Amino acid sequence: MRDRVWIIAGLFLFLGLVTYPVWHDLVAHTASTPPVLAMPAHEKQCVAPLSYMRTSHMKLLLEWRQEVVREDKSKYVSFNGKVYNMSLSGACLSCHKQQEVCTRCHNYVGVRTPYCWNCHLDPAQIKRSAR
Amino acid sequence: MKITRKEFLKISGACLIGLSGKKALAVLDSSAKGQTSSASASKASKQLGMIVDTRKCIKDQGCTKCIEACTQAHNIPSFKDPAHQIKWIWKKPFDDLFSSYETQYLEPSLKDESTPVLCNHCDSPPCVRVCPTGATWKRKEDGIVMMDWHRCIGCRFCMAACPYGARSFNWVDPRPEIQNLNPDFPTRTKGVVEKCTFCSERLAKGQQPACVEACPEKALVFGDVNDPKSEIRQLLAKSYTLRRRPELGTGPNIYYLV
Amino acid sequence: MFMLEKAMTGSRRYWTWVGALVAVIAVAFGFYLYQLNYGLGLTGMSRNVSWGLYIGQFTFMVGVAASAVMVVLPYYLHSHKEFARMTILGEFLAVSSVTMCMMFIMIDMGKPMRVFNVILYPQFHSVMFWDMLSLSGYLVLNATITYFTLHAEQEDVHPPHWIKYIILLSIPWAISIHTVTGFLYSGLPGRLGWRTAIMAPRFLASAFAAGPALLILLCLLLRRQTGYDVGKKAISGLAVIVTYAMVINTFFILMEFFTAMYSHVPDLTVDFQDLYLGAVHTSLLPWGRTSIVLMAAALVLLLVPRWRRNEKSLVVACVLVFSSLWIDKGVCMVVGGFIPSPLGTITRYVPTLPELIITLGVWAVGALMVTVFYKIALSVEIAKEASYVPAYELAGAASATGLQAHASSAVTGPGASAAGQGNEGVSGKGGEEWHH
Repeated sequence: MRDRVWIIAGLFLFLGLVTYPVWHDLVAHTASTPPVLAMPAHEKQCVAPLSYMRTSHMKLLLEWRQEVVREDKSKYVSFNGKVYNMSLSGACLSCHKQQEVCTRCHNYVGVRTPYCWNCHLDPAQIKRSAR
Repeated sequence: MKITRKEFLKISGACLIGLSGKKALAVLDSSAKGQTSSASASKASKQLGMIVDTRKCIKDQGCTKCIEACTQAHNIPSFKDPAHQIKWIWKKPFDDLFSSYETQYLEPSLKDESTPVLCNHCDSPPCVRVCPTGATWKRKEDGIVMMDWHRCIGCRFCMAACPYGARSFNWVDPRPEIQNLNPDFPTRTKGVVEKCTFCSERLAKGQQPACVEACPEKALVFGDVNDPKSEIRQLLAKSYTLRRRPELGTGPNIYYLV
Repeated sequence: MFMLEKAMTGSRRYWTWVGALVAVIAVAFGFYLYQLNYGLGLTGMSRNVSWGLYIGQFTFMVGVAASAVMVVLPYYLHSHKEFARMTILGEFLAVSSVTMCMMFIMIDMGKPMRVFNVILYPQFHSVMFWDMLSLSGYLVLNATITYFTLHAEQEDVHPPHWIKYIILLSIPWAISIHTVTGFLYSGLPGRLGWRTAIMAPRFLASAFAAGPALLILLCLLLRRQTGYDVGKKAISGLAVIVTYAMVINTFFILMEFFTAMYSHVPDLTVDFQDLYLGAVHTSLLPWGRTSIVLMAAALVLLLVPRWRRNEKSLVVACVLVFSSLWIDKGVCMVVGGFIPSPLGTITRYVPTLPELIITLGVWAVGALMVTVFYKIALSVEIAKEASYVPAYELAGAASATGLQAHASSAVTGPGASAAGQGNEGVSGKGGEEWHH
């Protein structure tokens, strides 16, 4: 049992490393707050209720993808009766002005950003870089 | 009648196999029917096709308006290296398209004349048959052979299967080589196969395909080949047309007026 | 559980070999990461030649994988006992080859992270879907067979009785994996060089020549390195199989040649012109011609009994068989089908250096698997034979275990005595005790 010292030391090191996300902010005097997203100016309601979008926006996007690409549909009737075009760049980005609405929260929560923007374009970004 | 558990299981197993065998045969039969006799089946529904009037196209030597329109509409990259080129519609000498008609006495004006080449949106597309994920399929409503770039795994079996060389693969990231980004259409990433989709996104808005609209000579005529009253059918009734490699049974829907 | 500890002890030579393989794999993996990042444009493939070395190697290795059946069939179906010590080696070669096949497919995918789509969205009309099923099933079958038979060997018991059915199933399954791979090519309407009913039979014939040739080479190498001898009869039996398969394969090629050259159909003749006759100049011409020369030389060495029975010339013959068929299937056949393109263009395909290194890496993985598996198998076999202690040494002690071990060991042939000397991986005590 002369290894007892090393084992306990190793355990403490492990615990320290594994709880790093918890004590980093305390030690470095930083505070991580969830990003505050600028809400769209002219629209008060998204295509679905906020609570639903919080939990299931990817589900909605995947449903849209299935219907637009594989079933040749284009119109989405939302819960409040408003009709939208099922389009990531067209509908989502018409209110949320930039695609970084996705990356900021995804980065904060540590969920890998889906590769949507590898193909899909942000019209506003193109216009800006064209200028 | 007493039956042992073993016998019961044997009989149930045989029944299950029999039933599923029947179903499997039905699936195979329908998929085979869908491919081979779809020539007759698709007569009922819409089948979009195109006439390429080589008589009108020839007049404008060096004209690439159709290619430019397609490139602009779909963010097609421009690669200098021919190995990596992405081509949805492009032009090749007539001889190359119709090598089986090739004769040394071919009318000179046809011989090396640039003729547009694009996906034929076949009645019985071999590319659809071989795709392991269903990333390419033939749409029932209008007969377009469509692409789903979310599902493509980049195996390039479709490229091997296409008898017309209509498909391109993104060997590298295409975005740096796109000249003018069109914000209304996505780009693609490296690792997926792409081809002409008859501008399905424009058709959905009631527009004509970009190449058809852009041709200054109106050499491209687009429409439903199953509709006897369509412009394309009337033109087909008036003139002799060629299709590429029809003996392969693919049922191409691009008709070349010579 | 997988007896991997048996592969963790070995001589300096063993560890040098394993180390070299791991080094090659590491370098190749680095290049693969670069390919993942940059895209398949890192290879020499192009819009016209959209399949190249990776798929060619896959096609060839499916053949090698299927060839285990050439040992399993005579042994299990026809009780040719001389193959007893070889079957496990053939089955392990099959497992390694199938793994290599799947790796070659994975590295060729444009979007490998989406490969699961083939299972999520199965398309029953796609030959590739059935190929995936077939290869996966074959891997599971052979892994199961080797696992249970080797464990049984080690514990000195009979393998479970149901393994017999798995082994019998693996025989038609082996045929199916290469048939379905042939269908990938022969079902395409547009490429006439591939669109021949004889494609799958040709694949099988060349598989049953190349695979057993490799197995012969591996067995002879094993005997030299470790003293494990599969037996002269097994080697000569397999050599006869290689000979017949090679003859049939050559016959098939000549059949294709006749149909193409006598009919004068340009789409058919172009392949032979590209690969062998040189009427159209492509980069494949030296490869095709070399392949034919090697095939002819191999046939001569195999058909003359005196040379086939001589082990030295048999080694040369097997090397010739393997390399000629590797060129034929792994290089010429796939790339040749893309030349000319559907619009008549002749595109040169030259694999790039990263492509070659990645390919070498997959080969190294296969070699490593074969090395580890054979080490484990040999440790079991040799330990069993070495644990035989003659009755007179066990004066008074219960010799039941020793006698039982002797009775149930498959073959105690001439190689058994050499086993004690050659193998340094097993506890030396057992080996040295056994003097025969």
